[in-house]
This record gives sequence, C-alpha cells and structure tokens, in this order.
Amino acid sequence: MLSQIVSALIVMVVGVFAAAAYFYLTNRILDLALPDTGDVVKASRNLRTRAMIRPWLFLGPAVLLLAIYLVYPVIATLILSFYGRDAQEFVGASNYIWAINDAGFRQSIFNNILWLAVVPAACTFFGLIIAVMTDRLPWGNFAKSLVFMPMAISFVGASVIWKFIYDYRGEGQIQIGILNSIVQYFGGKPEVWLAIPFWNNFFLMVILIWIQTGFAMVILSAALRGIPEETIEAAVIDGASGWQIFWKIMVPQIWGTIATVWTTITILVLKVFDIVLTMTNGQWNTEVLANLMFGWMFQGGGDSGRSAAIAVVLMLAVTPIMIWNIRRANEEMKGR
Amino acid sequence: MSIGKRLARIGLPRLIINLTVFVVVALWVMPTLGIFVSSFRDKDQLTVSGWWTAFSSSERNEAGRLGGLDLMKQEGPIYVISGNVLEGRGGAVNAFGTKAVAPRAYKAGTEADLGDGIKLSINSDGAYRYTSTAPFTDDNTGRRVYLAVATPPVFTMVNYKNVLTGEGIGQSFVNSLTVAIPATVIPILVAAFAAYALSWMSFKGRTLLLAAVVGLIVVPLQMSLIPLLRLYNDVGTFLGVPSKTYAGIWLAHTAFGLPLAIYLLRNYIVGLPKEIIESARVDGAGDFEIFTKIVLPLSFPALASFAIFQFLWVWNDLLVAMVFLGTEKDKLVLTGALNALLGSRGGNWEILSASAFVSILVPLLVFFSLQRYLVRGLLAGSVKGG
Repeated sequence: MLSQIVSALIVMVVGVFAAAAYFYLTNRILDLALPDTGDVVKASRNLRTRAMIRPWLFLGPAVLLLAIYLVYPVIATLILSFYGRDAQEFVGASNYIWAINDAGFRQSIFNNILWLAVVPAACTFFGLIIAVMTDRLPWGNFAKSLVFMPMAISFVGASVIWKFIYDYRGEGQIQIGILNSIVQYFGGKPEVWLAIPFWNNFFLMVILIWIQTGFAMVILSAALRGIPEETIEAAVIDGASGWQIFWKIMVPQIWGTIATVWTTITILVLKVFDIVLTMTNGQWNTEVLANLMFGWMFQGGGDSGRSAAIAVVLMLAVTPIMIWNIRRANEEMKGR
Repeated sequence: MSIGKRLARIGLPRLIINLTVFVVVALWVMPTLGIFVSSFRDKDQLTVSGWWTAFSSSERNEAGRLGGLDLMKQEGPIYVISGNVLEGRGGAVNAFGTKAVAPRAYKAGTEADLGDGIKLSINSDGAYRYTSTAPFTDDNTGRRVYLAVATPPVFTMVNYKNVLTGEGIGQSFVNSLTVAIPATVIPILVAAFAAYALSWMSFKGRTLLLAAVVGLIVVPLQMSLIPLLRLYNDVGTFLGVPSKTYAGIWLAHTAFGLPLAIYLLRNYIVGLPKEIIESARVDGAGDFEIFTKIVLPLSFPALASFAIFQFLWVWNDLLVAMVFLGTEKDKLVLTGALNALLGSRGGNWEILSASAFVSILVPLLVFFSLQRYLVRGLLAGSVKGG
C-alpha cells in the first residue's frame, strides 16, 4: 500500500519533471536551431519563424491530449453510432430507430426532461433566495459555507447519505430513515420512496439540488454584490417595496449570471449518472440517458452502436448551450 | 455598501430571516450529520433507533429469568431468592413485569406484590429480591420476568476499523490518492503553458483554438468513453501491457480536465498587467523566461483554484474510474468501493456510513481549508473572464 503511494508520488514528480523538461528543451532547441546570428536578413527570418513555431511548442501537449481524448472520440462515437454492436458492419440509422422504439430510451428521455425542468430551476431559485437572505446576516458567511459544503461531496457519497434518509423498514417497526420516521410520527404509512414510479425521480433530484444549490448561491451572491448602489437607491427614493426592488431592480441586473448558473447546471443534469446508478440503477422507471448509455456499453458484452447512439443524443442536447457559450466567450474576448 | 444594508433599508423583518436561514442551514447539514453520527454508533443500536436519538439511551424490552430453587434462602419467616437479572449485561432496568403483555407493570426500585404473599423488587442496576412467606414451589428453572432495559448510548471507532481493514476501504483510499494526486498536478503545467500561449503569444488560429476549448468544456464524457476504451484495449494489446492502468487514468483525467483548466487559467493570465510582460520583453526575456519567472508565480491563485477543482472532481469521480481503471476489488477507488458496498451491504448502515464518511473526509478537509480559492475559481469560470 505504502509502495503504491510512493510510486504515485514518484510518477507525479517524474511527470512534472518530464513536462517541465519538454517545455524547457523544446524551447532551447528552437533557439539553437534558429539563432539570431548571421546576416540581418537571415536573423530576422529566424526571428519570425521562431515566433511562429513557439506558440505550438507551448500548446503542443494540450492540443495533443485534447485531440486524442475529446475531439477524436466525438467523431468516432458519431461514426460508431451508425455501426452494429461490435462496430463491424454499417447499419445505417437502425440504432437510432431502435432507440426511438425502445421503452427504456423513451423513459430516459422523459426523465431527463423532467430533471432538466426541475433541477436547474430549483437550484437557481433556492440559491438566489439563500444568497439574498444570508447577505444581511452577521453569520451569513458561515451559513453559506454550510450550504455550499455538499459541493465537495461525491455523487456516490451523497447517494449513500440520502439512501439513509429514504431507508425503509416494515410498517410498525422503528424507522431509522428520517423521512419514514417523520411520516410514521404523524401517523402515516412508511413508504419505499425509491420504488414509487414517477415520484421517485424527484427523490433522486433532491440529491442533486442539495449538492448544486450552494454553487448557484455562491455565484449569484457575488453577482448581487456587484449591483450598482445607485439603482437601488433610486428605487428606494421612488418608493418601491422590497419585493419590487428584488424582482424589478435586482433580478434583471443579474439576469446574465442567472443564465450562466442555469446553463451550467443544465449541462450537469444532462450528464447525471452516478446518482441514478447508485440509488436505483434505473429501476422503477428512473432511468436516464447517461446511465442507459453506460448500461449498453457493458451489459451482455456491450453494444457499442446503441451506446454510441445514446451518447450522440446527449451530445445533441448540449450543443445549443455549447454554441451559446462559444458566442459569449468570443464577445468577451473582443472586449479585450 | 453591502446588500445587507440595502435590504435593511427595504425593511424585511430580521427575525424571520434569521429563522429561515437557520432552518435552511439545518436542512442542508442534516443529511451529512446523519451519516456522520451513525458512523460512530454501536452496530446494535444503529439498527434499532434513528440517529437523531443517538445521544439518549435507547430502551428495549427484554426477557430475563430469576434464580431457581437452588438459590432459595430462608431469612427468618420469609424465603428469599436474590441475584441480578441483567447478569453482567450493560444497561439499566427502567421497569419490569411478570407478564409478556405488561413488561412495564412496575417501576424499577419498587416492590411488586404478586399475591399469595409473594413479592418481587428489581432495582435499576438489575439486582432483584424475590420473597415469599411460604417456600417457593416453582420448578427449578426460575421465574420468567420481563424488563424494560435502557442502554446508554455507545460510541465506537469499531465501524471505521472494520471498513478500513475488512471491507477494503483502506486499500481504496490509497487507490484514490494514487489516482488523484498525479491527475491533479499533471494538467496544471500543461494547461498553464497553453493558457500563456493563448493569452500573450500571437499566432494564426488563436481565436479558433480558444473557441474550441470553450466548446470542449461542455462535451459530455459519454462521447469519449467508447472510442477511448477501444483505443486503450488496442494500445494495451499492441504493447503487451494491461489496458487498465493508473497511467491510463491519469492521462484521461488530465485530458478531461484540460478545457476548463485552460479556460480558467487563460482568463486569469490574460488579465495580468500588460506593462510587466512588455517591459520584460523589452529587457530581452524570451517567452519561456517570461512564463516561468513572471506569469507562473503571479498566477498562483488561479492555479490553486484549478487544482482544487480538479482534485475534487477526480476524487469524486466514479465514471472515469469505472471505465479506465476497472471494477476489480483491489483497483476500486473510494467512489467505486462505495458503489459496490451499496450493492453487497445495502442494509448494513454501520459499514456504509463509516465508508461514506471516509470517502468524503478528504474533500471536506480540502473544501473547508481552501474554500476561498474554490469560490474564486467558480467566479472566474462562470460569471465572466478575469
């Protein structure tokens, strides 16, 4: 065990050293290969060539890794989705036709839409409310820190935590899950919460909302602090109520940030996988695309065609946000 | 002026805000607290009572037996059988009874008149005195009594000991560290060089490359899995090495973390004062020197932000680990081990709670000690550049 840690540390040191050596040596070689000496024409030509090559030395490892691990796979997955289960024969659109007719796929689409409709809205809403309320408290930062804390917890860890909350014992027994305990205390009947179709989706969503509200809160809190003082003052002088100031002055000014938070969580929701895998593994109609895709990757020896087709559907779903992000980033860069 | 003062002027009642925030915070902390408290509880108590009762004694009904005729002694006119019903077990008797339907008929320490001159008293420590005016004629096994026994809360580290050694969580902890440390450090350097090139060097295709990086941030991991798995298998077969190695997962995590890393660092580095970099250039420093001697030290806050992100992401990841490291027991990272335990030990909350807490301990420590950098990174990554 110790040797494993030691070897990890060695790899870390070697890796960093190798990377540093790469950058240092390639730069050095470039300087030596195209020196500043010689006649003026040659020297200035060397200078220009060096300036052309050097950025790519800096970018080289990053571009290579991005190409192998992200760009190539996206294209390959797209192609694989038109091939059979072993990626041998071309099957046209039949993986997609299968998907449309598959009950599991349709259920996943339905559930994903449900998640998309609920989770980003809930996180943004709670995040905004908590950001506004904690801001006027002396212990506000402490409160925010505790709401933010689940961000550090893994989806799997959060699943264990919430499975304990949803724990079920037979009727009449002492419930050690707090939800059933409360239900029983008020005279209700304990339920197997995760096995109630449709509603169980919401019990899973609660986990992600619990994790992500802190993220929304932190960002929106910063945006709220950035609102110019004068606009609020003017509204106060005009006799606006607190409610009006919040909805008509504050919210419109942080609209851009709200959109950012919303889209960031939307992306996360589309990819939600761990929670469903660990809580129900898609049983009781809780399947989502990411888990369905993972299932088809391995079950029964795996079906790369169907799995790839599901991944492509996910990709299509994030594409509008991707384009929007790129546009926004480009506009921002023009300002520089 | 803070929003606090602004809202104070608007005039929302302060008490309501305090209370609401308190309730919200309690709701948010409660789930984690439940697991935390449970992980220290005695296994037998954990299964019979909710964790919110952990600090009070739990009471349960037990059956006990008084001594037989062989213990009978004569004290003057009365016959006595005495001893202790708890027989060395822990706890305290709250009440007792002689019928199963009424186990709490008499309070501990009182004397119960059972008729025919027979009396029984049981103290809370379990000592009993069973008396009769006539010799006892019960059979030799002794009389059955029913007890309400309160057990004091028991807190223990046994659960942690068990999961760390018996359930393989200790090994998984080491595996998680093995994955997370290099997978956090390696991308920083690669991304920092790229970010510098994208901020302070001019070349053809810079805007395009930057747009591509921004676009790649949101590409679902799911798009990468199948081709990479095939690629890893092919490379493994070609080189005659296993396809699922730590080196493989380090590279995968490095690459998947790069788009965000480059974007975050670029936003920071491009905002560094132009004068510093240009005066260094005038002094004859090359890009390599400028980067290592000026940009890298100045970018420490951004590097720290990203390092925290990446560490939390790698430590908490399940998908990449399952695909690129496999699900064999000795290779499971903490999230994978936890997932496996949920399947095999679904109802054993003493094991699950302790394992879960081991797995969230490191991220929580990182979170609370370096929260400042985490927040800064989030803001840089989401609100706007710089």
